[in-house]
Amino acid sequence: MSASPAVLMGLSISLATGLYGISFGALSSAAGLSLGQTMALSLLMFTGGSQFAFIGSIAGGGPAALASATLLGLRNLIYGAQMNAMFAPHGLRKLASAHVTIDESVATAMGQPDQAERRRGFWVAGVGVFLCWNLFTLLGALLGNALGDPKTWGLDGAAVAAFLGLLWPRLRSRDTVTIGVAAAFVTLLTVPVLPAGVPLLLAAAAAAFVAWLLGRRTPAGGVS
Amino acid sequence: MNLWLWVLLACVLAYLTKLAGYLLPEKWTQDPRVMAYTGAMTIGLLSSLVLLNAVGDGQRLVLDARMVALLVAGLALWRKLPYLVVVLLGALSAAAWRWAMRGA
Repeated sequence: MSASPAVLMGLSISLATGLYGISFGALSSAAGLSLGQTMALSLLMFTGGSQFAFIGSIAGGGPAALASATLLGLRNLIYGAQMNAMFAPHGLRKLASAHVTIDESVATAMGQPDQAERRRGFWVAGVGVFLCWNLFTLLGALLGNALGDPKTWGLDGAAVAAFLGLLWPRLRSRDTVTIGVAAAFVTLLTVPVLPAGVPLLLAAAAAAFVAWLLGRRTPAGGVS
Repeated sequence: MNLWLWVLLACVLAYLTKLAGYLLPEKWTQDPRVMAYTGAMTIGLLSSLVLLNAVGDGQRLVLDARMVALLVAGLALWRKLPYLVVVLLGALSAAAWRWAMRGA
């Protein structure tokens, strides 16, 4: 278990990811969540994209925040299936595996050449990110509380940058850009006329609809 | 108290989503259509969240310092800067713009 490539990769991902826990903690307190609520999200929800979605849409009400966090977390369903196919864990180990099934642990596991390394990569990245993410969330939340008015320090600008940074690596093809632009248009058109929270869900629906259209146009594009 | 309810409910659903991947038949979860739609919805939600946080203000669209943060963050990502630097530049640019425009 010493310094195998999977362990080193898992540790470096843990530290790098943990560091954005600072921005999550600070933005969460700027969004009006208490220290306890912020920590509950990092300890229990533990999936960064959904946590950012929750605090980024809570201004539109609880149901909107719940829906956007849950929809954004659906990719973890696919990760869970992939990890189950890879490790087939049982009992308590299955329950623990599910909790640390996130972008980083899955990417670390899938990047390894053999089964023992995949297992080491998954657990080191999963548990390592969990520890760092929660520690830095706590620091960020305390910092956010100490800073006072979030606008003075540009924390609202940090939120915009945080979401763009999560979106950016997913825009790898013309189709993904089309989907992103369609969702952006639906958001801009519906914000002035619909209750807060609804535009976000319409944007998700529009994205699925555009994916369906693109799938029909190119039957070879993975949709069987 | 009400907010606590939504926080905890969202946490439970997030965990059940992960666990469902381990429990549901592979035939469903590994279907390419499921992957295509979850991928598309992830992009749609993130794209919408970018705009809601950049120009949204309740039911209004507003152009302010956050738009500067959006442009600077886009430039930083295009230059392949690390995520944490992108977020910091977003904060700095919005704060700097407000400071420069104070009283204007």
